[in-house]
Amino acid sequence: MIKRAIALLLLFAVGALFASLLVGYVPDSELNQTARYYAERTAGDIGAANIVTAIVVTYRGLDTLGEVTVLFISAAIVGLVLAQGRMLGNAPGNAPGQPRAPVSELLSTGSRALTPLILLLGVYVFVNGHLTPGGGFQGGAIVASGMLLLLLADPLKQFSHQLISVLESLSGLLFVGIGVLGILLAGGFLDNRLLPIGRLGELFSAGVIPVIYSLIGLKVGAEFSSMLASLSESYKTEKSEES
Amino acid sequence: MQSISLAQMAMATGFVLILIGFYGALTQRNLLRMIVAFTIADTGVNIVLVAVGHIRGRAAPILDVAVPAADAVARIIDPVPQALVLTAIVIGLGVTALMLAYALKLHERKHTLDIAKLTELKW
Repeated sequence: MIKRAIALLLLFAVGALFASLLVGYVPDSELNQTARYYAERTAGDIGAANIVTAIVVTYRGLDTLGEVTVLFISAAIVGLVLAQGRMLGNAPGNAPGQPRAPVSELLSTGSRALTPLILLLGVYVFVNGHLTPGGGFQGGAIVASGMLLLLLADPLKQFSHQLISVLESLSGLLFVGIGVLGILLAGGFLDNRLLPIGRLGELFSAGVIPVIYSLIGLKVGAEFSSMLASLSESYKTEKSEES
Repeated sequence: MQSISLAQMAMATGFVLILIGFYGALTQRNLLRMIVAFTIADTGVNIVLVAVGHIRGRAAPILDVAVPAADAVARIIDPVPQALVLTAIVIGLGVTALMLAYALKLHERKHTLDIAKLTELKW
């Protein structure tokens, strides 16, 4: 009871803070200096139609590399934490507790028909990241949602961890490799002018941005899929321990 | 007094979501519910950030026929918060997955998700 009162009091204080922020907020009518720089320079320097992509992949490309690394570390920790204790004893996947009801025909066929379309949409989103509101992170999440659909339709499905980790390390390595090539052949680390900038708004434009964003998309999709696979495998082992 | 703008409405929504998330995280005892509360607060922060970048009557920061590159400065909203939020969403997902993995592991060991019963770090 007292705890709840304290929590409410705290919330009231934070809420008052937020309210004063909200009342005193004056929206900008002009772009600030940083945004103005990006808005003026993107078309000429980067050649990407989507300014957010230009910022994420080229202007602040180093931060994106750090972000992908954070994501990789969290996926690795999820795998590590959930793998502990699974080594001893039963291998995952076999001998589930009770005989499960077979997956219905409608569900399995439907998910198998939908998954390639979802993967295609994901690839489309990350290949067109420099033109449309999309990109590697969004496309990667869509790819992983296809994997999630497969897992929901058949919880005992096994994904190849080897394939996922090869895909992930290869795309990460290529990402860093393209960045280093930028030092040698263009203006600096992760410079997109390795390839010609091309005409604004075309698929093959903005230099190396589509390549980098596709690699990011593959990497993010692989990381999310490995998290999903780890989580679902721990469910399977739990089932088999109960039996 | 001028009418309430879209940005202010979005910002108010974001603040309310943050408060709901904090309330849930402070009062719930089940770990899964606390994780859900954290993700709600996370969403609220993202909405507030995007709302800060909004400028009335302008388009999304994508150059095309409607927004020619020549007068992009006068036509687009601030792209920097959007890039920030893109990052924040992805990191938020990674953090959520980590929290869920730890919760799963705790449940495996202790067979409970009630934080009142997890007292090892209590003093």
